[in-house]
Amino acid sequence: MASGIKDKVAILGMGCSKFGERWDKNADDLIVEGFQEAIADAGIERDQIDAAWFATAIEEVHVGKSGVPLAEALGLDYIPVTRVENYCASGTEAFRGAVYAVASGAADIALAAGVEKLKDTGYGGLPQRGRGTLNNMFWANSSAPGNFALLASAYQEKHGIRAKDVKNAMAQISVKSHANGAKNPKAHLQKEINMEKVLNAPMIADPIGLFDCCGVSDGSACAIVTTPEIAKSMGKKDLVSVKSLQLAVSNGTEQSHNSWDGSYFMTTRKAAARAYKEAGIDNPRDEISMFECHDCFSITELVTMEDLYLSEEGEAWKDVLDGFYNADGQIPCQIDGGLKCFGHPIGASGLRMLYEMYTQLQGRADKRQLDNPRIGLTHNLGGAPHRNVASISIVGKYDG
Amino acid sequence: MSGIVVYGAYVPRLRLNRAAAVEANAWFNAGLKGLAKGERSMCNWDEDSLTMAVEAARDCLGGTVPDDLKTLAFASTSMPFEDRQNAGILATALNLSEDVVTGDVSSTQRSGTSGLISALKTASLEGGSSLFVAADKRRTKSGSTHELLFGDGAAALLLGSENVIAEFVGSHQLAVDFVDHYRGANEEFDYNWEERWIRDEGYFKIVPRALEGLFKEVDVTPEQIDHFVMPSVMGPVPKRIAKMAGIKVEAVRGNLHAEMGESGTAHALVMLVDLLQEAKPGETILVVGWGQGVDALVFRTTDALAKLSPREGVKGHLARRREETNYNKFLAFNKLVTKEHGLRGELDRQTALTSLYRNKDMITAFLGGECSKCGTVQYPKSNVCVNPNCREFHTQEDHPFADTKATIMNWTADNLTYSMDPPSHFGIVTFAEGGRLLADMTDVDQGTLSVGMTMRMVFRVKEHDDQRGFTKYFWKAAPEHKAA
Repeated sequence: MASGIKDKVAILGMGCSKFGERWDKNADDLIVEGFQEAIADAGIERDQIDAAWFATAIEEVHVGKSGVPLAEALGLDYIPVTRVENYCASGTEAFRGAVYAVASGAADIALAAGVEKLKDTGYGGLPQRGRGTLNNMFWANSSAPGNFALLASAYQEKHGIRAKDVKNAMAQISVKSHANGAKNPKAHLQKEINMEKVLNAPMIADPIGLFDCCGVSDGSACAIVTTPEIAKSMGKKDLVSVKSLQLAVSNGTEQSHNSWDGSYFMTTRKAAARAYKEAGIDNPRDEISMFECHDCFSITELVTMEDLYLSEEGEAWKDVLDGFYNADGQIPCQIDGGLKCFGHPIGASGLRMLYEMYTQLQGRADKRQLDNPRIGLTHNLGGAPHRNVASISIVGKYDG
Repeated sequence: MSGIVVYGAYVPRLRLNRAAAVEANAWFNAGLKGLAKGERSMCNWDEDSLTMAVEAARDCLGGTVPDDLKTLAFASTSMPFEDRQNAGILATALNLSEDVVTGDVSSTQRSGTSGLISALKTASLEGGSSLFVAADKRRTKSGSTHELLFGDGAAALLLGSENVIAEFVGSHQLAVDFVDHYRGANEEFDYNWEERWIRDEGYFKIVPRALEGLFKEVDVTPEQIDHFVMPSVMGPVPKRIAKMAGIKVEAVRGNLHAEMGESGTAHALVMLVDLLQEAKPGETILVVGWGQGVDALVFRTTDALAKLSPREGVKGHLARRREETNYNKFLAFNKLVTKEHGLRGELDRQTALTSLYRNKDMITAFLGGECSKCGTVQYPKSNVCVNPNCREFHTQEDHPFADTKATIMNWTADNLTYSMDPPSHFGIVTFAEGGRLLADMTDVDQGTLSVGMTMRMVFRVKEHDDQRGFTKYFWKAAPEHKAA
């Protein structure tokens, strides 16, 4: 049995660009913006970085392939740079690469950086792109909101919940994220909204309306990691360490076998169970202080609360409407605004989630600072409900 | 004795209300007002002559391909490919053996009847069964009379010498290069000459000559004809010809103008199928096809007709109709108007022909797999069984999905994705024998889908690659529409 990643790696510094419609910036500008914050936070020189992992998902609309764009943007000194891609969970993949490199001893200090420049397509929403020569011949003609909308009818059917109750819970999820995002100066969307506005918005893919969809944004984020020992030797205090990193990937079962009912994420459940075990968490509903989940659409967040074992099956909608996940609730969710309002520059998103957990654990979250959080969880998902990758990271205060 | 063993047909569910089309064009062509009655069948955006042919053939075969099937012929003047055998796609979609001889028949409105005569003669000579399918979806100029007179449709006939429901008595053919209309190579639309000339110099002079020849060849007299099947967009013409030939006027069959319009080269067969659905044993039928000459065929129904298990045929499909009063939609579906599809519609839709060939059983024939170890049925086939408790390598045997009922597990109506007819409906459907597919859904009336609803898989256009003139086909889930 592997010993796991718990407390083997600490975060030395993090940075995150302003997310949004960055019409005046190229991808390399965004990378530099996030990186300079991170390196100042870490208190190291650029050439102290031994290796880097670079996440970008829809590279065809901005930087192109490979690790070169990161090395070029930062002028790295011919160190190893690996480009990673795993749908919308790519940012967390970069983090995994950097963390594992440090944990293995192959690197003392490693960089994880992610960027996406999505607003060069000429339209809203994610870029249209080919899905592979064979897939193009038989996959349904679906958009991302369409794929995730499928959760709703299956969830309602399974739990016998009225469509109206699910729609209301979805709306409350967005209202809550907008309230949080309004306190975040780096967020793409910083405006509060009310239930009425969400419920009356144009329909994108039944039952997902415009305000059930996250922002499609430009942005970057990065993390610099090292061992707790090195961090302490550099004089760092109040360390944040990695408690677990887990990833589960669909193998065709959801897509082709009738054992999956379409109302939840098999991957998230498997990754969450492994992550709690790795982190030594027995009762997540009591032990998780806060979390950032992959709220690409409000219905995703709703079912994910159950898949993370924070709400009972079929009960998340009630927790949502009760304010359990609000900023002043028991487990604040999307305290930075989430994908919904902070925005979703794909390659950066997993790192952006960690950035907020790190900032909160360090007590530096300003107007949105929570009261003494100890454990933060990020859930970074990519793909569609029937075919996806789900990664869970848990970070927390280092007690060693 | 050889002849027709089973019939099948297909008429698209959508029916354009002619009054709506006339109203939209009245400013432009006031002369259309006399045609503002009834409706014409219109293909959904994802239907064409080939998809209609598949449906008509499925209706005919009823889920069983005869073991002795030797040939498949497809007649149409609106085939999706000029150089790629369309009957070959039809054969693959029907999951026929590679040994079935396939061929396209085209170039004239008479190809439906000419091809049928050839197929009947071949079946008679060589024995075995033969499948003959005709379909047409002719594009017409907006505001033309033909736009209102034409309809889309298909018919299929299984021919053979056992359990014959309509014996082939004989035929006579005339080839006359009388050009009432033509469609030049690479032209989108027909070019037409004056109707009065077509009637007087064409129909009234050429068809009687053909019938005279026919009645010399077959042991049937004109008075013995119980049913006279002759398509013509000029309503009174068949009755006048009947009189000229000595056929009872009561024998003249209606041309289905009010219900669907004239379905091109398929229409003689469509009218024949419509007749066979109500004919009695022992009746004599004359079928005439017109187009640069004449085909005349005589059939006699047998006792087996009464025993034939029911098919949807023309009547069943005519009954499952949905009125379309939005003329603009008809224009868009037929690409007679350029819609703003936005930047999302610009995606390159090239097909990798290598991949299509490797996967034609999966894509065109809709075959999935069945695990020889655990029995799990799945789509698509894969190297590994998808049963989480099995996951055995290389155990997949072919399993057909086309005729299996599907049930909606979840669904949505997507307004964001590019679609010729938004919203795009799709969702996971599960199959009765196992397996599932995240499937496009078609022929959906907005707001009527629900979890648990039964769907039928249909062969449809997946996408048009307009950049290269290639049409992609795949299977979609459609509600089981009842008569309305």
